[in-house]
Amino acid sequence: MPALVNGVVLRLTFRATIGRRRALLFALPAVIMIALSAVLTATAHSPVWRAEFLGDFGFSVVLPLTSLIIGVSVLGAEIDDSSILHLLATPVSRVSVVLSKYLVAVGLTFVFAAIPEYLAASIASGFSSKLAYGLLAGAAVGCVTYNAFFVMLSIVTRRAVPVGLLYLLVWEGLLANLVPGVRFLSAGQYSVGVANSIIHNSALNAHLTLGTALGLAIVATVGLLLVSSWRLSAFSIKGDLA
Amino acid sequence: MTSIELASVSRWYGNVVAVNDITMSIGPGVTGLLGPNGAGKTTLLHMMAGFLEPSRGELTVAGQVAWRNPGIFRKVGLVPERDSVYAFLTGTDFVTSSAKLHGLADPKAAAQRAIGIVEMADAQDRRIATYSKGMRQRIKVAAALVHDPEVLLLDEPFSGMDPRQRLHMMDLLHAEGQQGRVILFSSHILEEVERLSGTIQVIVGGRLAASGDFRAIRRLMTSRPHVFVIRSSDDRALGSALIGRPAVSGVELTGSGLQVRASDYGTFTREIAALTRDHGIRLKELLPEDESLESVFSYLLAS
Repeated sequence: MPALVNGVVLRLTFRATIGRRRALLFALPAVIMIALSAVLTATAHSPVWRAEFLGDFGFSVVLPLTSLIIGVSVLGAEIDDSSILHLLATPVSRVSVVLSKYLVAVGLTFVFAAIPEYLAASIASGFSSKLAYGLLAGAAVGCVTYNAFFVMLSIVTRRAVPVGLLYLLVWEGLLANLVPGVRFLSAGQYSVGVANSIIHNSALNAHLTLGTALGLAIVATVGLLLVSSWRLSAFSIKGDLA
Repeated sequence: MTSIELASVSRWYGNVVAVNDITMSIGPGVTGLLGPNGAGKTTLLHMMAGFLEPSRGELTVAGQVAWRNPGIFRKVGLVPERDSVYAFLTGTDFVTSSAKLHGLADPKAAAQRAIGIVEMADAQDRRIATYSKGMRQRIKVAAALVHDPEVLLLDEPFSGMDPRQRLHMMDLLHAEGQQGRVILFSSHILEEVERLSGTIQVIVGGRLAASGDFRAIRRLMTSRPHVFVIRSSDDRALGSALIGRPAVSGVELTGSGLQVRASDYGTFTREIAALTRDHGIRLKELLPEDESLESVFSYLLAS
């Protein structure tokens, strides 16, 4: 049975992703969140802002935006500049290519979104606080599900960034809060659901229980990765037209 | 014997037909895929490499269906026209990564062998970002050869190369073809194909216009009438002198000079200077009107 993860693809993807100019954007949302958290900790008179700000800004802006930038970079950028052909003109299975790239995306998003979420919460309420651990766990689930979606998006469309932004604004930002059924298909709600199972704070506006959130996150992630592998196995280069 | 087999293969994008009902068999040795820009050569190569699904027909490479089958790359090497390199890697790292992706037992040794074949040893430790276009082409060839494939597909391999690099690449492909590999390269430049390949497949408008030995096809090309536009000090006198020559099949006096159809290109171009001198006519301009590849291909298609 061929290996599900390929070390060469992992290393090449990591270097290519970190080496792009776009990589400068990875840390920007996190830096803003940590800075704002420090300012609010120093100036706010009540601790009410903590869960509200870190839940809203962290899970609705920092985590999905960082996932979007990284998730579409690991594969989509290589499709755009054709360097993906170096990997695809080999017998390495497409499942292995997708999984390796996906793992790089999850790892980088964890570093640039989940850990900053933990740091921002720690600044606000201490390193061992339930808030810090809860937000870290929720963000980790978000890294896993958001990236599965954005990696898939970068394979199915060459306009992954605008489509991804639209998805975040309309699906995650609007419909997931207004339409009850959509919550079951929302990466943001999976994150908040897991975080709230540790923090227990109504300000997080969680609608899913831990079991439901985790179960759906796993099903969605596996499904999206299968679709990605299937689509990459049918990867086409448009040739010249007669 | 390894071969590439196409049976009634077509590929279309919506209403546009890129490749139209092509049947061909390509065996060991060097074969040139010749055609003007936009003829469908790249589409054909991408289908052979499994990066496009034929809309109709059957296509096998080394006995296997190419589409949705990454396993064919155990036997196939691909050199795309696009700059499919990780520019931050050194040449050695790039070729070694290719060897590892192919699961070779000793990737470093395989990479050194392939780099040696393309004569890139001196530059192998430099980052690819610093390479010229020709060097990038050669390192891509090394990456495609690293697993010793039976079939090598190259899309416009001479694109962007200087004359010395072209000669080197031609020698390299010729040597690889001599070893029994199936080498198929695309080009829109007649002379490149003429120098390198005895066998050609000519694609025009998505259709196979000619197939087989280059010399036979070249004879067919040269037997067509060539059209020249001539301006001289006395076009009317030159016209009447030219129409009496066997190498000329037609003369037309136009507003800007003479349009001459030469049935024998070589004889006409040898005779024209002596003819004008003998008649005391000064030749101001002599331009071949239909020497573009497209006109040659169109003629082939019509014949």
